[in-house]
Amino acid sequence: MHPIRKKRLTIVLFLLVGLSVAVGLTTYALRQNINLFYDPSQISAGEAPVDVRIRAGGMVEEGSVVRDPESLKVEFMVTDYSASVPVEYVGILPDLFAEGQGIVAMGRLNNEGRFVADQVLAKHDENYMPPEVAGALEKASQAETKSAAENAKPATY
Amino acid sequence: MWQFFHKLGSPKWFFGISTRFMPWLLMSGIVLLMAGVVWGLAFAPKDYLQGNSYRIIFIHVPTAFMAQSVYIMMASAALVTLVWRMKLADVFVKAVTPVGLVLTFLALFTGAVWGKPTWGTWWIWDARLTSMLILLFLYGGVIALDRAINDEKSAARAVAVLVLVGVVNIPIIKYSVEWWNTLHQPATFKLTEKPSMPAEMWVPLLLSVLGLYLIFGWLACVRMQTEILSREQRTRWVKEFVLKGKV
Repeated sequence: MHPIRKKRLTIVLFLLVGLSVAVGLTTYALRQNINLFYDPSQISAGEAPVDVRIRAGGMVEEGSVVRDPESLKVEFMVTDYSASVPVEYVGILPDLFAEGQGIVAMGRLNNEGRFVADQVLAKHDENYMPPEVAGALEKASQAETKSAAENAKPATY
Repeated sequence: MWQFFHKLGSPKWFFGISTRFMPWLLMSGIVLLMAGVVWGLAFAPKDYLQGNSYRIIFIHVPTAFMAQSVYIMMASAALVTLVWRMKLADVFVKAVTPVGLVLTFLALFTGAVWGKPTWGTWWIWDARLTSMLILLFLYGGVIALDRAINDEKSAARAVAVLVLVGVVNIPIIKYSVEWWNTLHQPATFKLTEKPSMPAEMWVPLLLSVLGLYLIFGWLACVRMQTEILSREQRTRWVKEFVLKGKV
């Protein structure tokens, strides 16, 4: 390779490496601002500010959704399977909202550690499957817990 | 090897060779894209959670994938422009920038249309969406910078530097969903793992990505040929081409 071209190539590579380091450090320093939401562990560890508009995200805990029969008020627990935060929301929930599904809620954390949301968005995961497959999986996991329960029974006699 | 590389840089040689395989690119591209899109939109099973609305991925994923892919190709060409001063590399960058801009716009637009029923919002400032918007502005910036400088050679170098600087954004788009908390879901396809999607969904998706790739190749050739003709209009081979209709 021609020496001049070699020199140019080195300069360009230096430029790219320097730039990547600069951008990397900047985004690293800003990571808390780039993160879209706080997860329940961060909130229960006190990392999230109180009474400031923030987003909280995680999974809706199974069996935690309580709907008020008189109004549109809903209460549920958001969990990341190591900590949970109670959320209350008044309004219409997105179609994908369900127990065991991911959500991102926007609102304020009050002094009692409850998250008062004014917007709830559904987050979904990267898995796609046909309804029949999902149904079969559901059945299989139910059968598994059932047989596990049956296996466990003799021990309790 | 270097000899071949420098031959590749000759506009006349490229003009001749590209004319020969362009029809094949277009034909196979249309066939694959149609097969993928029709299969995906009409015959693939629906998703257990999202129902039919997930089908927009057969448009969204190919355009988003191509938008980034085109930028990586442009960055490689920009490197060639800066180091080897090869005219053809600059012709490529200029020819495909508008195509990349349109693809990025389509990816953002289809994403917004899909986001409304799925997430409950058209737009959110999460890392994936924001970095994709930056890509759109980068494409726009490259076009604007090129138009702003009259001298062909200085324009080529300035554009090449801008394109190379912008390439830092590509890994950010790719890994945004892993490095930060985002509303956008993580990647369904990973090089090392099985896709988290059944074959009757990912095969049509793969077909439409390949089809779009080939159609992009054809479009790049058409636009590069036009750019070459306008740049080389004073040379003898272009005059002969205009008179006789072949190189």
